[in-house]
Amino acid sequence: MFDNFPLWPDRASTIAGNVDALFIFLIIVSGMMSLLVFSCIIYFAARYRARKGVLAEHIEGSTPLELTWSIIPMFVFAAIFLWGAVVYFQERTPPRDATEVYVVAKQWMWKLEHAEGQREINELHVPVGRDVKLIMTSQDVIHSFFIPAFRLKQDVLPGRYTTLWFRATRPGTYHLFCAEYCGTQHSGMVGSIVVQEPAQYEAWMNTNQNGPLSGTGQQVYAQLGCASCHRSDAPSRGPTLAGVFGSSVRLEDGRTVTADENYIRESILDPGAKIVNGYKPIMPTFQGLVSEEQLNALVAYVKSLSPAKPGEAPAKTASVTEQSNTPAQGSQVE
Amino acid sequence: MSMATIANAPIAERENYLNKHYGVGSWLFTTDHKRIALLYLISITFFFFIGGFFALLIRLELLTPASDLVQPDTYNKLFTMHGMVMVFFFLIPSIPAVLGNFLVPLMIGAKDLAFPRINLLSWYLYIIGGVMMLHCMLTGGVDTGWTFYAPFSTAFTNTKIVEAGLAIFVVGFSSILTGLNFVVTIHRMRAPGMTWSRLPLCVWALYATSIIQLLGTPVIAITVVLVAAERALHLGIFDPKLGGDPVLFQHLFWFYSHPAVYIMILPSMGVVTEIIACFSRKRIFGYSFVAFSSIAIAVFGFLVWAHHMFVAGISLYAALVFSALSYAVAVPSAVKVFNWTATMYKGSIHYDAPMLFAFGFLGLFTIGGLTGLFLAALGIDVHVTDTYFVVAHFHYIMVGGAVMGYMGGMHFWWPKISGRLYPEAWAKLSALIIFIGFNLTFFPQFVLGYLGMPRRYADYSHMPEFQILNVFSTAGSTVLGIGYLLPMVYFLWSMRYGKPATDNPWNAAGLEWKTTSPPPTFNFDEEPIVTWEAYNYDELDAPHDGAPHKQEVPVAR
Repeated sequence: MFDNFPLWPDRASTIAGNVDALFIFLIIVSGMMSLLVFSCIIYFAARYRARKGVLAEHIEGSTPLELTWSIIPMFVFAAIFLWGAVVYFQERTPPRDATEVYVVAKQWMWKLEHAEGQREINELHVPVGRDVKLIMTSQDVIHSFFIPAFRLKQDVLPGRYTTLWFRATRPGTYHLFCAEYCGTQHSGMVGSIVVQEPAQYEAWMNTNQNGPLSGTGQQVYAQLGCASCHRSDAPSRGPTLAGVFGSSVRLEDGRTVTADENYIRESILDPGAKIVNGYKPIMPTFQGLVSEEQLNALVAYVKSLSPAKPGEAPAKTASVTEQSNTPAQGSQVE
Repeated sequence: MSMATIANAPIAERENYLNKHYGVGSWLFTTDHKRIALLYLISITFFFFIGGFFALLIRLELLTPASDLVQPDTYNKLFTMHGMVMVFFFLIPSIPAVLGNFLVPLMIGAKDLAFPRINLLSWYLYIIGGVMMLHCMLTGGVDTGWTFYAPFSTAFTNTKIVEAGLAIFVVGFSSILTGLNFVVTIHRMRAPGMTWSRLPLCVWALYATSIIQLLGTPVIAITVVLVAAERALHLGIFDPKLGGDPVLFQHLFWFYSHPAVYIMILPSMGVVTEIIACFSRKRIFGYSFVAFSSIAIAVFGFLVWAHHMFVAGISLYAALVFSALSYAVAVPSAVKVFNWTATMYKGSIHYDAPMLFAFGFLGLFTIGGLTGLFLAALGIDVHVTDTYFVVAHFHYIMVGGAVMGYMGGMHFWWPKISGRLYPEAWAKLSALIIFIGFNLTFFPQFVLGYLGMPRRYADYSHMPEFQILNVFSTAGSTVLGIGYLLPMVYFLWSMRYGKPATDNPWNAAGLEWKTTSPPPTFNFDEEPIVTWEAYNYDELDAPHDGAPHKQEVPVAR
């Protein structure tokens, strides 16, 4: 509306409208509540102002009134809670077939890598109308990925993945902020989200020089010799990784966990934490041996071994066992 | 000033807690709760102006988008020290340690608190913590934000975390001891006839506050010790590189720091309850509901901490539970607002300065509370958390609410504390200036927050569209600053030149008004026996023949 004096943020994602609707509802509800309270206060203050010879009336209280103004707000609050919870569920439940982008935060920049291999810094290109899921981690302190125009925010933590998903609705360039205080240049940790029409986006994507992220992961996998234990054709000293992602894994202690990104990450960095039923805790840790980017590539590779995921070609089984001597090209972006 | 000297005369003759002993030693080694209250008043006022000075620098920096007044590192230290000083050294001790200390024994008809020496110890702990905090500030300060989130605080920043943490640790014990003292005093030392249902609601509120201080403060002490240990010994509690969990830190931190908000606001609610009853000349509407809502807030307040963490990486279901519980704590707060409003119905309302502050409290606390409903709504919180929306919200509660109540209370009981009347017209002006300045400062921040301006940004040159609202906010902060300086000046002035106060200038109910102004060292010449209900304004104002309580127009107006 006003370039220099905006009163409402841009609305550029499917979720933004839902958040705005609830926000407007809350403005109306709280506006009515404050109007009620303030007009009572102002009316009573004027109507019952001290006059000579007029004494205040002694009133003890009223239990029915107390119950009324406890129970009615309770219902109003319950409605707001439910609505807020529904929106939150939408925000926190990524669709299965979303395009994936890996995000590594560090003091004070955002490093982004598309599943297709395209890399960016402090800028993220996304197409209009397609679900995008961000798989995010931090190299150092806690950051927070915040896109006001999408009404979305998620803290980015060291040592684990958090995720965020959205579907952009309007082409344009929008603010990307770090919203969790992270040190000296916290306010410099800003960037842009570039939302493009699909055709433009494809054109931009075609400038990509790198192979897909899962390919990079395959190289890292080979380099680190993972295949000597994790064979793809049959269980070896370690369980086979084909089809693991997204499946339920039975652990030695009887628990069952779903193999998501965090599980795979943890199994690489802290293999002793969750031992798969029937295997010995013999895997060494790779903590400190792989960068966050290499980890992301490994996760993307393991995911590519699960055929359930559409949109990405399942990797050929044979390639897993091959020992490749090619160095992992470009796996360090720093 | 010969008039003033004449006015001095009758005061000087009567022995009271102020003139019984003279000399620095009589203050530094006093065990009189009223003198300790004044020691606290001086100390927290000192820290209030330090914290306020930082706030002003922050607002000046944000006048322009670029980081031009101070370096980003300095800015980060400014908002950190502003938060730490205001929360731990002003807001938490403000009403409990000053007004509470002064009033709890007087209101319940006791000679002193249960443990007078522990009371003095708590002030010394405050001073030791305060000196440590000052030393920390003067030798470099801290740049983590008052929340000192791990692993930034434990493994990355090289500012004086351990020293600031220890200062908070020490001052925390001062808070625990005050809480302990109040709980024991309220249980054991009520005058004959002062039953629980006759307690002033301010005492109920301070009782609820004390319980939070007792149960919550040890957790922040543990947290800062863990941070210090992690920094020194690399234990791996919070740092994921060592196998720790940074979200655990946030749980521990907010387990105290959310209830701490109620340590700040509950006493203010108590004070405002007294003021509204007095200046409406009425018993408070729904006494027992107001009393139990204080306890309900204290109890529920312990169960909502993770609503600060909806985007921090907690599970979906944990977020649902904490959102629902946050709405549960909103109910007793709403009940209080409705009861205050209903108290004015068919009252006889006087517009003295304390009442104007109470009106200001009602307005600002209501807005602060209602915007809390926005933040507790999960879907909205994702967008507005860590933005200026949150900054505006908690300032409406902690400054708009808590400080308004504190100012109202200071004016209401100033005649009792000092034996002098403050200048009424100036006080009304100050209430008005604070109200206007406050709204001008913080209301634009709600808009800024929804637009998406993150907190703790030294530099917003990437989004110059936020400048105009920031200019409003900075302009408001200078008005607010004047509003806070004024009472400082006229309170000091009134100590020498103010008109002497009668024992009960407001013709208020409550035992504290039944003794002299200022009270004698042991509060009451003889132990009072309470035979009346709280807020018996109908009896006070009733036109008796040969009435024991004479109808008296408040002198200060």
